[in-house]
Amino acid sequence: MIRRLPEAWRRPLAVTGLVVTAAWLIVVVAAPLLAPYDPLAQKFPRLRPPGGEHWFGTDDLGRDVLSRVLYGARLSIPLTLLLVALSVVIGGLLGACAGYFGRWVDETIMRVADLVFAFPTVILAMAVAASLGASLRNAVLAVLVVSWPAYARVTRGLVLGLRTREFVLSGRLLGFSVWRSLRTDVVPNVAGPVLVLATLDIGTQLLLLSGLSFLGLGAKPPTAEWGAMVASATQVFDKWWVGVFPGLAILTVVLAFNFLGDTLRDALDPRTARAIKERAL
Amino acid sequence: MTILAIEGLTVELGGRPIIRGVDLALESGNVHGLAGESGSGKTMTGLAVLGLLPHGARTGGTISLGGTDLLSLSPKEMNRRRGSEIGMVFQDQSTSLHPMLSAGRQLTDHMRHHLGLDRRRARERAVELLGKVRIPDPEGAFDRYPHQFSGGMRQRIAIAIALACEPRVLIADEPTTALDVTVQAGILRLLRDLCDDLGLAVLLVTHDLGVMSAVADVISVMRDGRLVETGPRARVMRDPADPYTRELLDALPDRSTP
Amino acid sequence: MKHPLFRFLARRLAVSVLLAVGVTLITFTLTNLVPGDPAAANLGQQALGNPAIVKQFREQNGLDKPLPVQYVTYLGHLVQGDLGESQQSHRPVDADLAEFVPATFELAGAALVLSLVVGVAFGVIAALRRDRLVDQFLRVTSLAGVSVPTFWLALLAFYFVFYRLRLAPGSGRLAPTMTPPPHVTGLYTVDAAMAGQWDVFAGAVGHLALPALVLAAYTIGLLTRFTRSAVLEVLGQDYVRAARAKGLPGRVVLLQYVLRAALVPIITVAGLAFGSLLSGTVLVESIFAWPGIGQYAYKSATNLDLPAVMGVGLVVGAIYVVVNLIVDVLYGVIDPRVRSTT
Repeated sequence: MIRRLPEAWRRPLAVTGLVVTAAWLIVVVAAPLLAPYDPLAQKFPRLRPPGGEHWFGTDDLGRDVLSRVLYGARLSIPLTLLLVALSVVIGGLLGACAGYFGRWVDETIMRVADLVFAFPTVILAMAVAASLGASLRNAVLAVLVVSWPAYARVTRGLVLGLRTREFVLSGRLLGFSVWRSLRTDVVPNVAGPVLVLATLDIGTQLLLLSGLSFLGLGAKPPTAEWGAMVASATQVFDKWWVGVFPGLAILTVVLAFNFLGDTLRDALDPRTARAIKERAL
Repeated sequence: MTILAIEGLTVELGGRPIIRGVDLALESGNVHGLAGESGSGKTMTGLAVLGLLPHGARTGGTISLGGTDLLSLSPKEMNRRRGSEIGMVFQDQSTSLHPMLSAGRQLTDHMRHHLGLDRRRARERAVELLGKVRIPDPEGAFDRYPHQFSGGMRQRIAIAIALACEPRVLIADEPTTALDVTVQAGILRLLRDLCDDLGLAVLLVTHDLGVMSAVADVISVMRDGRLVETGPRARVMRDPADPYTRELLDALPDRSTP
Repeated sequence: MKHPLFRFLARRLAVSVLLAVGVTLITFTLTNLVPGDPAAANLGQQALGNPAIVKQFREQNGLDKPLPVQYVTYLGHLVQGDLGESQQSHRPVDADLAEFVPATFELAGAALVLSLVVGVAFGVIAALRRDRLVDQFLRVTSLAGVSVPTFWLALLAFYFVFYRLRLAPGSGRLAPTMTPPPHVTGLYTVDAAMAGQWDVFAGAVGHLALPALVLAAYTIGLLTRFTRSAVLEVLGQDYVRAARAKGLPGRVVLLQYVLRAALVPIITVAGLAFGSLLSGTVLVESIFAWPGIGQYAYKSATNLDLPAVMGVGLVVGAIYVVVNLIVDVLYGVIDPRVRSTT
């Protein structure tokens, strides 16, 4: 896998993905330095179109849209990364357990996963978020509820395939413990496919999270959050700049991570790629 | 009578020569064996005759079928001859039949296309063909799907498909390699009989000289894209002119009688 | 006769029933086990201060009974079509849903047809022109399709296509000047066509086009990507080469050999796509003032109207279970191996 990376990473799609991702990561770190104004300050004329003072214009409460978009990155990107990391850990652990122990452990975990798959994601996440109460933390929990099963399935499938392979069996014959064989044999072989899935999932989860905020089930009003910003723009839809820029921010972040995920997948060997495709469904 | 004449055939793939000048003459009612190790260019020779080389392949020389050079035909004209004048049987019967189409459908669609038969006539002919390749219960077999047949039966169906439009030339690429030894003999006997009964010219591509010795009239041996030897079976098997042919023969597990 | 297809269908049906029960379990769990107190959500601040009223509310709604009993009661209500009362409309949730489901079905159905036609066509073209310029272009386009936030695209489309360019007839299902066609299926396009009211039909299609296109952006991207890889995989198969060796015209090989085999993964994704279309209606309908369950769910969610949200969840879950069943049956129809092995 590593040997084939350089070629794949030189393609335009990969380069674009890397550059845009890097740019957004810089924004995350340096938003206070880059943003011209306080994102919460309601001190400017309302609904001013983009111009010299306000590159992205001002919103319905007289706040600077550019500053809010930049600060939005600070909220959404780390939160999404955390979310994906949590999904990988939770889903991965559950899937590994299901695959490794089999029997009723497997049955229980996978039937619950099937149930979650029986719902369209936004609807289930919306229902969970609504019943937990509207807050950013609950929106994150709701996305977590719908996102872990994909990892559980992939990990379970890969672990099942590995469990019977010689090097795992021989480890057990040598008397290594279950945990040791999981750690030294199974995890390294599962890591590649899960990494690809996770990268592609960053976009999906950001879309879901900002979608919940758009529905009013995520970040609360004064917070600079992209989905909520688009939602507030629906009230003044004829002032295009209020909604266009935060949405564009979501699009570029998601697109960049999808470019990266695609590149990663191409760089992996095709058999693993197919395994991911089949199991992620 | 020579029906298919390959003269000075060269094939280049991505700038790399695969076949470097091959001459072969196939005669009606004869099985012409083409032997060689994998990578020797024997399969590519078969595909070149059908015009099914991979994209970007460049060819030279001539392949003339009854006086027409196949290599100079337009894709459309070539397509009219594929299936109708030249049939092909592939190596792996488990993948060369479409798993979701019935045996009958795969037997009749090109018949209806090439011969313009209606549904009923095509079915009659297909059932007759299934009988000819010795499939038990041809009527029932017509409506069944590939996964419902054994490997040997599938290869018989593939042969029936190749012969459906009464081609003059049949190219069989390792037709028995993927089959059990016991089944192999049956398929080879069938090929031999069909060749004799229908006056077919058969190009039998295989790496297995044992298979060759069982059915071929003429044997050619390829190595690195070139022919190293061509001759009647008995002569080549008993008294190979090229050291490479001798090597191949010596590698045969059982050579009690050539 | 015990036809294998029947046994296959029976098995799939059993799975679907189990799944449907699971769906009710999830909605029940969500309404009951979460920290949000239904009494708090349903009673005003003042009433909450009065323990007697809270107690009465709990007894009235069976909240004092053990959970399994509550679940059985809940199921009993569901079977009778009783989904509770919406706190927004003060009407039974099932009456609300009955009114809104056809509109969403029409929107999501149109978007599905659109995505299948465009997505499969794009995917096939990309596969046949692999690594050429068209393929690169479609790759970026389809990635953009799956990366764009649906709610934002809806807003953009509404602003540019409708407000600025005036290319779309406006929001809602029909112009206010038009009377909806006589109710048969609840789908305006179908009902209008059946009644022969072609002006209404044209109006309904015009109103449907823009939201359906916005909704389909994601699924078009999804289907393009999957069709491309499915077709590429099939193109490399021996049986495609064998079909070419038979001298069949390229069109026949593509439609009857390649696409047939590629259809299995495509159908799987189409089933998933329908789910994401239903999801998308929540984000799109409110912007186009489309009176469907998506907008209903949106309003219910923003007002934390739990019975309504769970009603939508149930209906959508049920639709999804049915869609999965249809997908399974289609597998059996397309692939003879599925019929005989299960």
